Amino acid sequence: MNLREEQVLERIDRARARKPRVREEHITLAHGAGGKATRTLIEAVFLEEFANPLLDPLDDAARFTVNGGDLAFTTDSSVVAPLFFPGGDIGDLAVNGTVNDLAVSGATPLHLTAGFILEEGFPVADLRRVTASMRRAAEAAGVDIVAGDTKVVQRGKADGCYINTAGVGLVHAPPSGDLRPGDAVLVTGPIGEHGVTIMLARGELDLHADLASDTAPLNSLLADLRDACPGAIRKMRDATRGGVATVLNEMASGAGLAVVVDEDAVPVRPAVRGACELLGIDPLYVACEGRAVVVLAPDAVDAALAALRSHPLGADAAVIGRVREDPPGLVLLRTSFGGTRVVDLLVGDPLPRIC
Amino acid sequence: MRFVDEYRDAGKARALAASIAALCEPGRSYTFMEVCGGHTHTIYKHGLEDYLPECVTLVHGPGCPVCVIPMGRVDDAIHLASRPEVIMTSFGDMMRVPGGRGSFLDAKAAGADIRMVYSPLDALRIAEREPGRQVVFMGIGFETTAPSTAMTVLRAEAAGIRNFSVFCNHVTILPAIKAILDSPDLRLDGFIGPGHVSTVIGCEPYRFIARDYGRPLVVAGFEPLDLLQSIHMLLVQLAEGRADVENQYGRVVPWHGNAKALDVIGATMEPRPYFEWRGLGFISHSALRLRDAYAGFDAERVFDVPGGRVADPKACQCGEVLKGVLKPWECKVFGTACTPETPIGTCMVSSEGACAAYYNFGRFTRERVREATR
Amino acid sequence: MCLAIPGEIIEIPPDRPALATVEVSGVRRAVNIGLLEGEGLAAGDWILIHVGFALSRIDEDEARATLRLLEGLGDAFDDEIDALRESRIG
Repeated sequence: MNLREEQVLERIDRARARKPRVREEHITLAHGAGGKATRTLIEAVFLEEFANPLLDPLDDAARFTVNGGDLAFTTDSSVVAPLFFPGGDIGDLAVNGTVNDLAVSGATPLHLTAGFILEEGFPVADLRRVTASMRRAAEAAGVDIVAGDTKVVQRGKADGCYINTAGVGLVHAPPSGDLRPGDAVLVTGPIGEHGVTIMLARGELDLHADLASDTAPLNSLLADLRDACPGAIRKMRDATRGGVATVLNEMASGAGLAVVVDEDAVPVRPAVRGACELLGIDPLYVACEGRAVVVLAPDAVDAALAALRSHPLGADAAVIGRVREDPPGLVLLRTSFGGTRVVDLLVGDPLPRIC
Repeated sequence: MRFVDEYRDAGKARALAASIAALCEPGRSYTFMEVCGGHTHTIYKHGLEDYLPECVTLVHGPGCPVCVIPMGRVDDAIHLASRPEVIMTSFGDMMRVPGGRGSFLDAKAAGADIRMVYSPLDALRIAEREPGRQVVFMGIGFETTAPSTAMTVLRAEAAGIRNFSVFCNHVTILPAIKAILDSPDLRLDGFIGPGHVSTVIGCEPYRFIARDYGRPLVVAGFEPLDLLQSIHMLLVQLAEGRADVENQYGRVVPWHGNAKALDVIGATMEPRPYFEWRGLGFISHSALRLRDAYAGFDAERVFDVPGGRVADPKACQCGEVLKGVLKPWECKVFGTACTPETPIGTCMVSSEGACAAYYNFGRFTRERVREATR
Repeated sequence: MCLAIPGEIIEIPPDRPALATVEVSGVRRAVNIGLLEGEGLAAGDWILIHVGFALSRIDEDEARATLRLLEGLGDAFDDEIDALRESRIG
């Protein structure tokens, strides 16, 4: 590398280190997609005003102590079209979203709240379907919905029904939070089923497959994991928007370490792969709603896999990679073909492409 | 997946890589251009360069049809999309490509009705379903995609659907290759030919590259072994002192292409006298527009399109980067005026463009990445 | 530039012969086969799909030939290269 090239690279690094700015005049869909644009929005707009020690780590839930009890507290909003899709609906998504944010924080979910924003004209029968599935999801996760709120907006001002949930949980053994070189990276099941199911269910692409959303509460699976390898869990995240790639990037940059993923080891169902190949998108970026990424100490891998695989939600759990020292902050993929590439953060949603 | 997985086998790749290395003459370096953006994607997605010896360099060519759309055309499309009666339909690729005043995504956020489609036929279906609206399809792509647009126009005509039109930005690959070949400082030893364009145009039209410019071209498939084999075939030609057009992708590409596809293009479209390519400037006869007989389906004639032009900043040296003359970091605006957030030239627009890739990962040399994944 | 992928024809409905049902790894879509008119396509044939159109019929013999060539690389190509080297030295 010659001097001028080094100067150019240094200039880029300085530019990257600068505080992110929101350049757009309007919110775009990319700001909600979970990738770079979302990150920029959070840092440049929300953290700018709300910054505090509990929020700053931008974890899935805030953890704090009240009267000697360790609590986790979080919130999650569901906006999905269509509202009903194979494998679930907006109701169980809303419950599972908050339950899972608590579960990956090492907490046992206790109570949830539910806020509804309904569009004038929304069928009551649909609302009943949604609330029935919320009840079932809450029962499955062992939580109650203990408070709520309802607002109705004029026709055309919302897309049928939006749901916000918030939840508190009791923290038992939180993940230690510190990634170390040599740690193993696991996923608890096949990736991308939710995102592809939704894409197909919208009907715009006219693609059809026998697929269902993976939406599920992860608390009992992750409790089994915690019991099987106490003290060994470094970090857990549920791989929602932005998929596994986004979660891994956040972990790598947060820890200043590299994550190296083995493409062959990543579980992907054939129809998810088929849809992704057709649309030119990478399953690593596709959302899951019932899959966690877990980083744990290397000597705990066997016990962890045994525990996960003996649970119905973890039958296809797999070690997909390792934490390494270098290059810091980067996620690398060892491809099935035997090559390597960098897995970057996406700017927006993974969009179907023709080229 | 059949016809896919067989061509991603790491064992065969290792054998092929050894043959490639053995074909390289000591002390000689080889620079090949993969013309097609799909090939660039394959190279990136599978980490193909790990199999190539240091002396073989791949230069990413101009064959990304969204990246070469000039900013003025994007602005024109957004102008169309902003009309209240218009539903703009587009492939997903186009959504993020910036014009002078933002992208489709920005326009959508500002209220334009822009919808993503998988096929131009899906756009036509929207027109059928919404007869009160004007549905415009953003036609982009090379000869691979133009027949689909042509078939859709023919179908619209046959079905008497009058609220459908095409904003035609289809481009043709040969004039762009010729523009690169005519560059005085060309440093290319051969071309990896665009496999899917060739399913339509066949292999014959590349003859002039071998005959007049003495450069070999191998039409290549899109799986990583296809590309490695094509590089191998190029090296064999160079070793034997030949410059021919060869077809590695025989399972998909018939030597003479697809006559029906060429017919439907010819029936509905004609070459434009000239067209601007982002980063490469104006190239004559390098794009298609609808023929007069189909004026009723031509968004440029159905609507008033401003036809604005946003000049590429003079300092942008995309053309030189595309031709392999300059490295990304040698460009005057690289990393200052031109970044992935504010791209100027085509090489920065696509995340796989040479400049965007270098901006994001230039500091991580391949050796360092390889070391980490060992 | 052009993402196109192989799929298998599952069915060509007699009432809409230009629109075949095609499957790619468990995912189905109606694909327009009008550009391959006269090729006598039938269920079980593989085609190359691009933006909802079939661009070309996949030639299974050619596909096998390419694979055979790739399989032979370990030995055959090495021999070729040796021969080439010798001819150059000579």
